[in-house]
Amino acid sequence: MTTTAVRKDGPAAVTPPPTVGGHARTYLSRVRGGDVGALPAVLGLIVLCTVFAIMRPSSFLSAGNFANLFTQGAAVTLIAMGLVFVLLLGEIDLSAGFASGVCAAVLANVVTVLGYPWWVAVLAAIATGVVIGTTLGMLVAKIGIPSFVVTLAGFLAFQGVVLLLVKEGTNISVRDEVLVAIANRNLAPTVGWALTAVAVVGYAAVQLLRHRTRVARGLITDPIAVVALRIGGLAVILGTAVYVLNLERSRNVLISSLKGVPIVVPVIAVLLVIGTFVLQRTSYGRHIYAVGGNREAARRAGIEVDRIRISVFMICSSMAAIGGIVAASRANSVDPNTGGSNVLLYAVGAAVIGGTSLFGGKGRVLDAVLGGAVVAVIENGMGLMGYSAGVKYVVTGVVLLLAASVDALSRRRAAATGTR
Amino acid sequence: MSATPLLELRGIDKSFGPVQVLRDVALTVHPGEVTALVGDNGAGKSTLVKCISGIHPIDAGEFLFNGEPVHIGSPRDAATLGIEVVYQDLALCDNLDIVQNMFLGREKRSGIVLDEPTMEQLAAETLAGLSIRTVTSLRQHVSSLSGGQRQTVAIAKAVLWNSKLVILDEPTAALGVAQTAQVLELVRRLADNGLAVVLISHNMNDVFAVSDRIAALYLGQMVAQVKTTDITHAQVVELITAGRSGGLGLATDPGSNGDGPQPADSISGGVR
Repeated sequence: MTTTAVRKDGPAAVTPPPTVGGHARTYLSRVRGGDVGALPAVLGLIVLCTVFAIMRPSSFLSAGNFANLFTQGAAVTLIAMGLVFVLLLGEIDLSAGFASGVCAAVLANVVTVLGYPWWVAVLAAIATGVVIGTTLGMLVAKIGIPSFVVTLAGFLAFQGVVLLLVKEGTNISVRDEVLVAIANRNLAPTVGWALTAVAVVGYAAVQLLRHRTRVARGLITDPIAVVALRIGGLAVILGTAVYVLNLERSRNVLISSLKGVPIVVPVIAVLLVIGTFVLQRTSYGRHIYAVGGNREAARRAGIEVDRIRISVFMICSSMAAIGGIVAASRANSVDPNTGGSNVLLYAVGAAVIGGTSLFGGKGRVLDAVLGGAVVAVIENGMGLMGYSAGVKYVVTGVVLLLAASVDALSRRRAAATGTR
Repeated sequence: MSATPLLELRGIDKSFGPVQVLRDVALTVHPGEVTALVGDNGAGKSTLVKCISGIHPIDAGEFLFNGEPVHIGSPRDAATLGIEVVYQDLALCDNLDIVQNMFLGREKRSGIVLDEPTMEQLAAETLAGLSIRTVTSLRQHVSSLSGGQRQTVAIAKAVLWNSKLVILDEPTAALGVAQTAQVLELVRRLADNGLAVVLISHNMNDVFAVSDRIAALYLGQMVAQVKTTDITHAQVVELITAGRSGGLGLATDPGSNGDGPQPADSISGGVR
């Protein structure tokens, strides 16, 4: 085959043989070369969890607290998932927090004040997100205002819009059963297990199919053991999580039973799969990376750069809308502070902590989920240890700085080792 | 060499507002040959290339492709004809791998999903067809490649699309000696594979090393197009700097040009 011929012609030492050891070595050399990926987030998560588990073994490690982590971090994670798209272009959306507030306020108005069914309200909220994103994107791409300024203006203006929508400071309650369920109810344990099985089998099918196609075509591929390890790893992680979430966490079982996977978890999982698919497996996603890597090269390759730039702001604001819906559901209401205060900074922090670069061109939707987990664990664990909000802010700020410096340093490292 | 040139330009005029950049330019490009396009800064080389590749519309003149008159109104038209340009600043994305870069903007898909195996195979075949052996893995990011390897990828990208004419804008400008040799060898191989190649270069050594014909632009006019074997190094330099050399180039009457031949002559003397 021509493929293998090309490879064999190269210096043999550099060509990784398809063995597990070789795979591990390639990964290690990638990490040493500055391509750390999600490693800092995963390590950080392990360290934080260990520390909190030692300091507060009874409260932090309880099943109830584990479930809390998901509902606490959901809104920020969802906003961060949208922000990844904007960050991939090297842009920023500072308005995402209050955009989620505006969308939540629209939701509350439609469902509570106007009395429409829940799905109309959800559609209205997401449509609001799309409109906001399109407007921001147009201002950035067509008029040419830096995204920092456009979205800073949005940050201020949307804060006002939320105030106007909730009539100057009162709050609007959200009582619709379906909407409240999103962040406050759980799946039946059997449904949780069924979804886990679907996820693992689906992942295995995709991985094995790809492996087979590549082997059949004679292309270099990951060793089957690594593929099996990945599938097994996912099965173990999902299995453990679902097992713990399915434990009884009600204080008094006689009054009410509280167990199962929180409904937001599959919501995030589905959006994660969709986002990952779009970025990794479609030409649209490829074009986002291209524009983020070298805008001029993308333009010359015939990519409609403006359209890509507008579309990522649309995705970001739409995801912010979904985050806003989850926040409204969790609080059972929308008030002037929904999506305000630290939400945006936590979301940007989540994306960056997860390994998405602020310089554009590098990042995954999974980063937002991992980073969101780190932020949620800090917030949750420090709360349990009785630290004040002030300390929590400072620690989160320091973690964000750490993540941003890892990003900057690994980028420098990659530049130094890249052009040999 | 062959009877019909692959691309023939006749009487191309191009102005940007009051500035006439190209006047009455003619150029013929033959398949299987490297045509070097030389000229000083501002002579109109880049503008000419942008006209051929459809980025700038022309004011007057005609394009003949394989003897047929064609209209090139956009980069897409040029790509459809089989004209590919490799730009000076490479136009590769550092954060994408070699395969992704080669197919950028023209990804192969099955349904809405990218067809990675097919793209990887085609890229491997193209690189093998050009006898490119310097690249170890097609899945390595372009940021990890050397300047010469990047140029190689950029050229392979241009060749991938069954192109007939490849235009190279200063492909060796930023390269070291060994890498320059590598890229020039690749340029020669493109022509030997039957493609028409236009090479823009400032480096006379490169020009004489690989080209079959030399076309010299001087202040927007095509002053000479001759076989490389029929001209000397010094004559080319004179054509570039003064617009004429002995019997070649502009007539002694410099026409409407402000720059007289006088100072230019002294420059060419200096170069020698």
